[in-house]
Amino acid sequence: MKKPIQLFLTFFKIGAFTLGGGYAMLSMVEKAVVDQKKWIPNDEFWDMIAVVQSLPGVFAVNTALYVGHRVAGTRGAFAAMLGAIIPSITIILLLATVFREYRDQPVVERIFKGIRPCVVALILAPSLRMIKSAKVTWKTAIIPIATVFLIWWCKISPAYVILAAIAGSLIYALVIGRKTKDGGQKTKDGRRRTEDVPSPQSPVLSPKSSVPSPKSQVLSQERKEAKP
Amino acid sequence: MIYLQLLWVFVKIGVLGFGGGYAMLSLIQHEVVDHYGWMTTTDFTDMVAISQMTPGPISINLATYVGYTTAGFGGSLLASFALCLPSVIMVYLILKLFMSKRNNALMDNTLKGLKPAIAGLIFAAGLSMMNTQNFVDFGRGQYNISVIICVLAFVASYFFKANPILLIVLSGIVGFIAY
Repeated sequence: MKKPIQLFLTFFKIGAFTLGGGYAMLSMVEKAVVDQKKWIPNDEFWDMIAVVQSLPGVFAVNTALYVGHRVAGTRGAFAAMLGAIIPSITIILLLATVFREYRDQPVVERIFKGIRPCVVALILAPSLRMIKSAKVTWKTAIIPIATVFLIWWCKISPAYVILAAIAGSLIYALVIGRKTKDGGQKTKDGRRRTEDVPSPQSPVLSPKSSVPSPKSQVLSQERKEAKP
Repeated sequence: MIYLQLLWVFVKIGVLGFGGGYAMLSLIQHEVVDHYGWMTTTDFTDMVAISQMTPGPISINLATYVGYTTAGFGGSLLASFALCLPSVIMVYLILKLFMSKRNNALMDNTLKGLKPAIAGLIFAAGLSMMNTQNFVDFGRGQYNISVIICVLAFVASYFFKANPILLIVLSGIVGFIAY
């Protein structure tokens, strides 16, 4: 069988049977692509996933495109992508027509009255878990709180909030990158409030850290550069 | 016109959707519910429930559904492909100027800084769904079953990492009995 067709079928199967979104698909993709078909060596696969993960967009689609391209070029990339999304599109189209027909039935309405509060909980829970895993401290808690306030209360488009957060994180990453030459492994000790341009007053480091503040680090860096 | 709007909305979501499907919820909700008014919050909540119970990426499921309800079959395909378009361009760019993880500390650190903001983004999406259409008996009568379902589901999900599909099915059963 030609590679693009194999890719299509592999990702179709994964797209059709994996519940729980992109990250749940990952282990299935690894099993198929690395273990069974041996298209990509294990370490290269995980290197690649690290890159793909940092991209915006649909994670499953990014993974499919990357694997497909690596295995069979442009045609492979598109075959894998279509394989990953066609099951979703088909299932939702079928359900949408059925759901439209029956949603006003009292039985369906009763069931969904029970489901809706549960969905709210299912969205709030992972966001709090994420705050925990991001090691947000009392000081850096301003970031998620400001985000929630801007989007939920002020009704500002999340698009602008994300752009502001990217700008803030980028400045933060640049500062951290200068601080530690190995690429800033010690990032856990400070997170900048993302909505603001850095000000001298903003405390960026935790008390534990003995490293000079990024601001003074930047200044000393500039001084060093100025010397010769 | 509606096709252009769908294209613009979902390309935008594809470009800015850092942090996976849940993080995109807030973006999709803002555009689809608040800005264009294509769906009500309740429709959106129902759709999230259905997306969680069906295979495939949540964002693709939502794009397909939004496209279908606003512009039929063509709209559903357009919205899904619009969502994938930025991915196609970005993956190709990445392949061209291949950046391996090792020499890409800048991007790594940027994403680490972005994480708390994304968590806030997801939380905001959940808060926006807390209205009286979704919590039907809030403030009415003495039994607030919606609130009880929400709290129990939250505890089960946050502390015990319960399977979301199981929780949706159980709360559906509770809703069927209680209302």
